[in-house]
Amino acid sequence: MSYSFHFGVIWDNFDRLLAGLALGLGLALVSIAIGAVAGLLLAFAGASKVRILPALIAAYVTVIRNTPILVIVLIVYFALPQFGFRLGKIESFVFSLTIYATAYLTEVFRAGLASIHSGMIDAGRAIGLRRRQIALLVIFPILLRNSLPALGSTFISLFKDTSIAAAIAVPELTFEARKINVETFRVIETWLVATALYVVTCSLIAAGLRRLERRFPRF
Amino acid sequence: MERFLIELWTVRYTLLDGLIRTIGVSATAIVIGSAIGLVVGGTLTYGPRSARWPCRFYVDVVRGTPVLVLVLTSFYVLAIVGIDFTAVQAGIFALSIFCGAHMSEIVRGALQAIPYGQTEAAKSIGLTFLQTLRLVLLPQALRQILPVWINVAAELVKASTLLSIIGVGELLLRTQEIIGRTFMTMEFYLVAGGLYFAVNFGIERLGKYAERRFALPAGS
Repeated sequence: MSYSFHFGVIWDNFDRLLAGLALGLGLALVSIAIGAVAGLLLAFAGASKVRILPALIAAYVTVIRNTPILVIVLIVYFALPQFGFRLGKIESFVFSLTIYATAYLTEVFRAGLASIHSGMIDAGRAIGLRRRQIALLVIFPILLRNSLPALGSTFISLFKDTSIAAAIAVPELTFEARKINVETFRVIETWLVATALYVVTCSLIAAGLRRLERRFPRF
Repeated sequence: MERFLIELWTVRYTLLDGLIRTIGVSATAIVIGSAIGLVVGGTLTYGPRSARWPCRFYVDVVRGTPVLVLVLTSFYVLAIVGIDFTAVQAGIFALSIFCGAHMSEIVRGALQAIPYGQTEAAKSIGLTFLQTLRLVLLPQALRQILPVWINVAAELVKASTLLSIIGVGELLLRTQEIIGRTFMTMEFYLVAGGLYFAVNFGIERLGKYAERRFALPAGS
């Protein structure tokens, strides 16, 4: 095999790759932010006494978690407009990714809620806190801290899932890499650089999360 | 609705064919990936430093890369370096690499969770390293690995949809072809989604069953 590497054209297009990377991170951030709020609400609602609610939420989580994200993305982008629900490429992908993130985060927070020691709630009651105060001042902080590792790994996997936006031509990193690949034919260089960008970004996020976890000790 | 049912009946074999391809591709990747996982996971736990380093590199790089990038890289790069793979083969290659990296971490975690006393006990009755691994450590690790292994299988079935992007005629690509002809977008995407859900839900149930079946009895 004789292949001579020419990274020059990749560096010429490097700003496009970086812009794609930034867009991917942005998509993942927006999705996890909305998904975390929705997941938190659904997890609390799932623990409620109204019978039908927990069943509905469990069904939502099971269906979404067992459906490939590409199928969800394609349904939202290509099928929903038939019913008058028309979104731009980026909004459509954020919507799909948020549906996905919400299902995973509901499960994360549900497990987090289940793991909170009932003694904490009793203690809150003993010092005279009201139900809402217990939820806000006792359960919520513990839940957030204990869910931090799972939140972090969900964020990393959501960031990796943003590559799927390439399927509906959202100009994120994978889409740009594919375009550069076709334009320049520097196949190995393109994918080497794109992969390196993903790997480095993921490890930086992971390292940041580890620091955050050390900073706030577990309850 | 009636038109949809007629169309659905017309394409039943096309969908079935896609579903079989999806399951075939996923199953092949699981078998190859598990083999990689056993070897690499074992090396990560017991191998010499010089062998551990490349294994760690492989696992970390693949786990930090989106599956779609693995699929596209395999599809485009393998041809350049002179490996003449079809799209299906490149797809299976990518999924196996992906599965292998995740399995390696699972195997390593399970092996490291076994108390060191087990290895010492095996040494004291004169077992060689390979015997220790085969007779003492792996059977215990398997109990932990199995439920997670089944989850990886469900992940792979979902990831196999990405092969539609490089033109492998699995369930999703077949569905897209049908939609291109019938324009019944929502209907057929929901059919595909339902089929994926059925397969994965079955796998998930199996995982829950395995977890119960292989859990250590309480108190032991």
